[in-house]
Amino acid sequence: MSIRVEGLHFGYPDGVTALCGVDLVVESGERIAIIGENGAGKTTLVRHFNGIMKPTSGRVLVNGVDTATREVSQLAREVGYVFQNPHEQLFARTVRAEVEFGPRNLGYPAGRRRRLVDWALEATRLTAHSDAHPYELSLAERKRVAIASVLAMDTPIVVLDEPTTGQDCAGVNDVGSILAQLRDSGRTVVGVTHDMDFCAENFDRVVVMARGRIVADGPTAEIFRDDAVLAEAAVEAPSMTRLTRRLGWNRSAITVEELVSRLDHRERGPSDHPHGQ
Amino acid sequence: MIRLESLSYRYAETPTTVLRQISLTIPKGQLVGVVGPSGAGKTTLAQVMSGFIPHVFGGEVTGAVTVAGRSVRNTPLPLLVSDIGLVSQNPFNQLSGAKFSVAEELAFGLENLGVPRGEMVSRVDETLRRLRIAHLAERSPYQLSGGQQQLVAIGSMMVMRPGVLVLDEPTSQLDPAGSGLVFDALGELRERGVTVVLIEHKLEQLAEVADRILALVDGELRMDGPPSTVLAADELADWGIGRTRFTAAAVAAATHWPCGRPLPVTLAEAAAGFAEGAP
Repeated sequence: MSIRVEGLHFGYPDGVTALCGVDLVVESGERIAIIGENGAGKTTLVRHFNGIMKPTSGRVLVNGVDTATREVSQLAREVGYVFQNPHEQLFARTVRAEVEFGPRNLGYPAGRRRRLVDWALEATRLTAHSDAHPYELSLAERKRVAIASVLAMDTPIVVLDEPTTGQDCAGVNDVGSILAQLRDSGRTVVGVTHDMDFCAENFDRVVVMARGRIVADGPTAEIFRDDAVLAEAAVEAPSMTRLTRRLGWNRSAITVEELVSRLDHRERGPSDHPHGQ
Repeated sequence: MIRLESLSYRYAETPTTVLRQISLTIPKGQLVGVVGPSGAGKTTLAQVMSGFIPHVFGGEVTGAVTVAGRSVRNTPLPLLVSDIGLVSQNPFNQLSGAKFSVAEELAFGLENLGVPRGEMVSRVDETLRRLRIAHLAERSPYQLSGGQQQLVAIGSMMVMRPGVLVLDEPTSQLDPAGSGLVFDALGELRERGVTVVLIEHKLEQLAEVADRILALVDGELRMDGPPSTVLAADELADWGIGRTRFTAAAVAAATHWPCGRPLPVTLAEAAAGFAEGAP
């Protein structure tokens, strides 16, 4: 299930222009991250994917269908969106009811609904909190409730806005495994993130935004090796990229895994010759 | 200066002890990072150090807490807040609710302290510039993004120039440039003699800026020492705190890390070790 964005402009009623001409194609089964500084337009862009926002001009097509012709409730079957702030999303009295709301609303039969809810709670380590009120939970746990309630809708496209915010190490690892499961089951995943290490470790393609535009779009490793792009978007390279640059590698590594494998194979770059920086 | 002596705490009407027998002394001008898995008691510790426990949240405190020479229990909260700032996890909860522009929000605490107008304006301007939010001065704090609200919340405490500043995951919603700015600002405050306690999951950044790290697990202070010791400890992974990517890299590439060299926690330490280990 693909997303196609054509010449998208979006202006807020107060006159602030948030998106100024965005073109983007996300193919079925891709895992892409959108990065860029606060206010670059990342959230505004992804909120067009499930139709919460409609273009001022231009088009957004989800699986070939123009979102302007669809209600949010219709798109909910195709695109699951995890809000950045769980407060904007949660309303039910128990965690389980919250997670079950989506699949119930979509009319899934009871058996499938139960399987989906059980899986979503398990994947987010919330099974033990099923009967808790979402507001008895910590902010990090509430964020996981928000993720679980979107997972349970079993949509072919999943959009996660800052999924690792406030998560501890275990929580970040959970989000990583969820992304892997979504990929393995063929879902299209779009993530918005400020965590460059997490981005390098979990996404195959990166879209860089600055001032309402896409300034770069490519394989994760290529993007993080492009200093000019990172500077323009005011984002810092991942830890391993900074380390291998400091070590003078010609082609920097982006993850711990890559660093180790290239050290083992004595492979530092095309010429295996440090140029120093 | 912050001193905890055999501090234990449990919330009212709950059997669970959230903090157990914590003793530590933080000298003036130290920047201390607090790490721990979710539910370890980090936020509770921040509330204890800033007097919100027991003054606002109640509960049962045993042991003694002294901050800036005052017993927290025996000092009224208004007196405490003039010298101790708390930046809470959710910036939205921290907004005064009484002010409709960012500049007024920053001035709010100073007004309550009766700071003269000229002084107030200059401190607010300096803080707006320092956190690069001058362009938001006239905006409503309620219409800002989460990251921008976090900067306002941090600014509203910095502007008070407290002797002790306690921050609970202050950069969780900020972009890398914004969190870099906050970490730099905290480093400068430390240079000016401010005592800073920083709860943070971003271990790589914490390792660069902290003088000392406290590892809190199940309400207990399990480890207390310099970042190079605490963050490199094996136990951190078992406790669910994780480790910096630099430490993880040296562990995973053990054959390329010089024998006997301590594990790195910062970029500089990792670069030096791997350079030496290179054939």
